[in-house]
Amino acid sequence: MNLLRELVRWLGTGAHWLGPDGVLHRLLQHLALTGVSVALAAVVALPLGCWLGHLGRGGTFAVNVSNIGRAVPTFAVLVLLAVGPLGIGNTATVVALSLFALAPMLTNTYVGVQDVDRDVREAARGMGLSGRQVLWRVELPLALPLVMAGVRIAAVQVVATATIAAYIGGGGLGRLIVDGLAEQDQGMLVSGALLVALLALAVEGLFALLQRRIDPARRVRAVRVATRRVPHPG
Amino acid sequence: MSVHALGGNCLIRNSWICGRYFTTRGAQILAAVRQHVLLTVVAVGVGFAVSLPLTLLCRRWRPLRGVVLAVTSVIYTVPSLALFALLVPATGLTSTTVAIGLILYTLVIFVRNTLAGLDGVPDDVVEAARGLGYRPAQLLLRVELPLALPSIFAGLRLATVSTIALVTVGALIGNGGLGNLISDAFSSVFKAEALAASAFCVALAVLADLLLLGVQRLVMPWRRAAR
Repeated sequence: MNLLRELVRWLGTGAHWLGPDGVLHRLLQHLALTGVSVALAAVVALPLGCWLGHLGRGGTFAVNVSNIGRAVPTFAVLVLLAVGPLGIGNTATVVALSLFALAPMLTNTYVGVQDVDRDVREAARGMGLSGRQVLWRVELPLALPLVMAGVRIAAVQVVATATIAAYIGGGGLGRLIVDGLAEQDQGMLVSGALLVALLALAVEGLFALLQRRIDPARRVRAVRVATRRVPHPG
Repeated sequence: MSVHALGGNCLIRNSWICGRYFTTRGAQILAAVRQHVLLTVVAVGVGFAVSLPLTLLCRRWRPLRGVVLAVTSVIYTVPSLALFALLVPATGLTSTTVAIGLILYTLVIFVRNTLAGLDGVPDDVVEAARGLGYRPAQLLLRVELPLALPSIFAGLRLATVSTIALVTVGALIGNGGLGNLISDAFSSVFKAEALAASAFCVALAVLADLLLLGVQRLVMPWRRAAR
């Protein structure tokens, strides 16, 4: 197929991988943008979500912020920030990406902490744990799967938005797509698209694996399986 | 225009809010809105129509269900711009490319939600209906689908709002409805256009959501009575 031929031809050219416009550099830029934005948003969203969830307040806000985030086009926010106060460049991109990463992490963290079984919380209180101890030793571990899910959703979202951010002059793999469109180079266009798709899938897969690793329920099940006694014959 | 009017013109000052923008670019705005609405309606409509038989097939054959869920999960994770770009060699820089990409995304949402809705129908209800002599087709139409409606409507609202936002990305390949205005505003650093187009996008999403909520209330009056 023509698509496959273009892909192989373009990716097969070594020069396309090196240099400031090369695949490797663009990949590093993309990873850097994603990492910084998710980290910045996490620093704000995770503590805020924990605190609100622990107190049980601000639920309407925490849950609806994701609904609102879904209705706002990422492209629009990027352009508004670029045309407005921040101009084009990495600052505008990182700010926009962080904003979009906030919503899913805040919502998931809030719901995760808030949804902890009331009986468990009361039992902890009954054992004499203070409010803060309840948060750290009971609510957070139980909320961890949902929190991780929120981070995963945010990370994939940022990888996608960073791709679009290339249009307003940023770096990242999206530049391959945007430049490919501008220069009518189908090889670059399709290669860029495939690499972005693979990156998004890799990020999703990585976080899904991490989530499964740190799921406390899984650890409990693993311990149970490990300590199950083998029935004696006879 | 007098010199005085030129000097105080909000277009020249590049203000964020500018009435003159609407009066001078009315036709362009309407064309953008028309393309935006058309792409949304096509994507949601076709996606929904294709998802129904697909969902029913998934319920019949277990292996198909696993495959469809896996494939749709992969598609959903692929960023929109990348998906559109992958379709370009096949369908060019046209609105068809954007439409196909959007249809794939709505398909994911619809299949997931409809499956969840149908799976959520309690087993005893299905057994009772079968005991009453309901044939499979009747069971589906008169028992399972109505009970799955809340989930289906949730999927409809989610798909519509997401699609309205995703249409804008189509601007990068020349067909993005209101996104076209946004990208134009970027190239010419036109603040009023950027803000207006963005506001219209959000307004469209809110309007569509409220509309669907209204339809939901109409179609499921028993939910209101249960309150």
